[in-house]
Amino acid sequence: MREIITKIDEITGNIATLKASNVGLGELAVVMSPGRSTPGQVIRISGDSATLQIFGGTKGISTSDKVRFLGHPMQVKYGESLLGRIFNGSGVPIDGGPEPVEEEIPIGGPSFNPANRIIPRQMIRTNIPMIDLFNSLVISQKLPIFSVPGEPYNQLLARVGMQADADIIVLGGMGLKFDDFTFFRRTFEESGVMNRVIMFIHQASDPVVECLLVPDMSLAVAERFAEAGKKVLVLLTDMTNFADSLKEISISMEQIPSNRGYPGDLYSQLAARYEKAVDIEGLGSITLLAVTTMPGDDVTHPIPDNTGYITEGQFYLRRGVIDPFGSLSRLKQNVVSKVTRKDHNDIMNTMVRLFSDCRESRNKIAMGFKVSKWDETLLAYGSDFEKEMMDLNVNMSIEDALDKCWEMLARHFEPMQTGLKNDLVAEFWPKTLEK
Amino acid sequence: MPVHGKVVAAYGNMVTASFDESVRQNEVAYILASDGSKLKSEVIRVRGNNCNVQVFEDTKGIKIGDTVEFTGDLLVVELGPGLLQQIYDGLQNPLPKLSKATGLFLKRGIYFEALDRSLKWDFTPLAKQGDEICAGDILGWVPEGKFTHQIFVPFNFIGKAKIVKMADAGSYTVDNVIAEVENEAGKRILLNMVQQWPIKIPLKNYEERLLPTEPLVTGCRIIDSFCPVAKGGTACIPGPFGSGKTVLQQLISRYADVDIIIVAACGERAGEVVETLKEFPHLADPYSEGRTLIERTVIICNTSSMPVAAREASIYTAITIGEYYRQMGLHVLLLADSTSRWAQALREMSGRLEEIPGEEAFPAYLQSRIAEFYERACCVRLKSGKIGSVSVIGTVSPAGGNFEEPVTQGTLAVVGAFHGLTWARSNARRFPAIDPLISWSKYLDQMAESLNKRDPEWVNLIKKTQKIMFEGNEVKKRMDVVGEEGTSAADFVLMLKAEFLDAVYLQQNAFDNVDAYNTLERQIYTFGKVFKILQKDIAIKDKDEGRQTFFRLTSLFKNWNSSEWQSDKFRKLENEVNAFIGSEK
Repeated sequence: MREIITKIDEITGNIATLKASNVGLGELAVVMSPGRSTPGQVIRISGDSATLQIFGGTKGISTSDKVRFLGHPMQVKYGESLLGRIFNGSGVPIDGGPEPVEEEIPIGGPSFNPANRIIPRQMIRTNIPMIDLFNSLVISQKLPIFSVPGEPYNQLLARVGMQADADIIVLGGMGLKFDDFTFFRRTFEESGVMNRVIMFIHQASDPVVECLLVPDMSLAVAERFAEAGKKVLVLLTDMTNFADSLKEISISMEQIPSNRGYPGDLYSQLAARYEKAVDIEGLGSITLLAVTTMPGDDVTHPIPDNTGYITEGQFYLRRGVIDPFGSLSRLKQNVVSKVTRKDHNDIMNTMVRLFSDCRESRNKIAMGFKVSKWDETLLAYGSDFEKEMMDLNVNMSIEDALDKCWEMLARHFEPMQTGLKNDLVAEFWPKTLEK
Repeated sequence: MPVHGKVVAAYGNMVTASFDESVRQNEVAYILASDGSKLKSEVIRVRGNNCNVQVFEDTKGIKIGDTVEFTGDLLVVELGPGLLQQIYDGLQNPLPKLSKATGLFLKRGIYFEALDRSLKWDFTPLAKQGDEICAGDILGWVPEGKFTHQIFVPFNFIGKAKIVKMADAGSYTVDNVIAEVENEAGKRILLNMVQQWPIKIPLKNYEERLLPTEPLVTGCRIIDSFCPVAKGGTACIPGPFGSGKTVLQQLISRYADVDIIIVAACGERAGEVVETLKEFPHLADPYSEGRTLIERTVIICNTSSMPVAAREASIYTAITIGEYYRQMGLHVLLLADSTSRWAQALREMSGRLEEIPGEEAFPAYLQSRIAEFYERACCVRLKSGKIGSVSVIGTVSPAGGNFEEPVTQGTLAVVGAFHGLTWARSNARRFPAIDPLISWSKYLDQMAESLNKRDPEWVNLIKKTQKIMFEGNEVKKRMDVVGEEGTSAADFVLMLKAEFLDAVYLQQNAFDNVDAYNTLERQIYTFGKVFKILQKDIAIKDKDEGRQTFFRLTSLFKNWNSSEWQSDKFRKLENEVNAFIGSEK
């Protein structure tokens, strides 16, 4: 650890430039102002000057402040004692508890060797039928939840956190409002899962640079747990804030923006995080679910667009429900009716097809056309489907959900009308309700 | 004796280094970081006594004053027997070997030889003592899987030389000496089976470049029949996310009728490469009995989270390996997924160099780089008289699915075929989601002679059908406005015909074992029947009846499509088809 008494030459936005020698790219530094110290990271070196990205923000930093270089890049604590704890974007506890004393690990580590990857074939249960049944989440999958501000995406995330069969949940909050933060904390505590949750929270009022560290810290910790054989689920909200922070920093670094002000490396930056999702053969795994709010509900906006190219499908959260049409899990084919029950694939397709038919019937009504008997059947089915399946509060295992689907089909249709294969109908069609 | 320099500035993966003597543009340099690792990098700009190098690795911990070692060599790939079946990163570092050395994660600064030095090859000499040789001459051959892997005098061999000593037939490793030659200056040079070639310079050791006129059959009907690709040609597949680019690429990589496939996963998901990686060793090669697909495949894998500068290099690495196999008179297909990520790597570097940006901040030279790359695809007559080719099919990931963006436009300007995927088609579950109304191929006319050998009317049929497609679409658009009532019976039938063509010929079920892949022979045969139906006068009493007729036809053809070529079921269904065509109705 070297202390350098130096004059800070330049302060712009969250960036400070100062004279320093023998510092490495990515090295961590602390700016010591009277009464407080602010961490920062070296992001550019040139001759005898170094440029620091100041995590705590540059407000109140004086050109005469001392800067101490720590000789190592940004690190995060790792260990069992992190479970149940809450940290801010610099890795400092904000739950009133003590500083953990375990080992420190670097963040933003190297990429997983693609040759070591395996084809994922295990499902991660969330007990939310719209996920488990219609777009199964597969271990090592990375999926965004595309939504717009105002939708209950944090409620959905919290529910997944509470119900998912993961060993460890890491929640990374970026630009989280205080209310949302409290909501997560309270939900996890009240449902008794807090002892397997680790939270890294950047609140909306915190300095923007800390926001950039949240995914890296969350994923670095998750990666270690996965290597230790744990099934880790990482929940990130909201990646749009992360991308906006990237934009802010890169503009103050005078980088040339590419599309709507976002830096040219937005894709690589997002990919570096999302690609941490992995299933390690014989050991643990990381599955990643990340909220991306779409500015203006526009999926072609650079953030959701770049995200869509990286992730393995997407969930659309619209009007409080997971939309069965736009949502897609690219990996579900690896598990549907392979590790799940054999009727899964057919039920999944049939239910959605009928619901899509119901939507057409609704359009017919909206356009003032005459409604046939068949339309009425579909309409009744559709509203039941929305109530008993799509509602985010529905909490049941996939087996129960499948049974429920059969029961719903029997309630509204003749077996033939569903187009389901005869052998499945013979085995699963509820006998008591048969019309 | 390598030239040394010092780091004077660093930002992201760009490092500025000072040097005393001289450096070459694009030469390889190593930065000796203080933690002892040696980071590979490439000189990309020289200014006075400073040069900018792009580092192919994570640059954490680089300090001012760190030593930079300039090698004097351009960025090269290693060429020789044993490239097939390999999985390399963008700089030809073998990933499985890396995994053995560094564990689960990639570690920076660790490089292995691309070719296995312990493996022995059965060498048969073709040249003999006293022969006069020059660059690219054949010294002998070794069997590599089903291929005769020719061993060449290095392509960068300068001048002429005489063979003083030639190795006998036998078993050798790649770096065993197989020939000793004496050049014109009287200097003795030892040659082995491995050679190097700079990746950014096209390998042009051939007699003549030919116009690509032979079809490259992908097995995908809409491509082969309507927008065909030639052996030695280029095509681009742009499409928004979720439109099925990757599935299409994977299908082509399985079924294309070429000798060697090079899959360049450039900045895309690692998960997709894994499928190729894990499944190819188990999938049968459709063109040689008893062999698996991996035996004709080289995988270059620089996925999205791997260093960006190496991503830029990866497609050059891939095409250089392609050019090497082309020299043996083989047909090679390079699948680059995706060239947008490569262009983005150029953009990142250009931004760091503070160059004046062009559209969407891409560098002004984007278009010329794209052209340079696609122009390396070619069909050539070699000195041996054999014909070899490298074809390139590149995917493009346009931002927001908008084809107006610079990478798509830059690519369209230089490729011979365009297969545009759209959300409109993928959302309607019409796969492959290639939109026949916007896609085109210049090869249809260029290959007319070859295609018409198979069916003298072929090109004409296709053109007539394209007309029906456009007209049918016009009717459909009109019908959306005026409704079915306002559409004449003739127009309605035209629309139904276009829809029928789409459903039974343009669409193809990738998950059906038979339908997933059609030989050109089968395509021509099936299309003949489809065309007869398109030409047939189909009188309808009312629109419902017309619809029913085409429902029936569509279902009949779909079943026909999924029945094994010339099987009993195939013939039975064909009879039904013929019965309809012959009927009076």
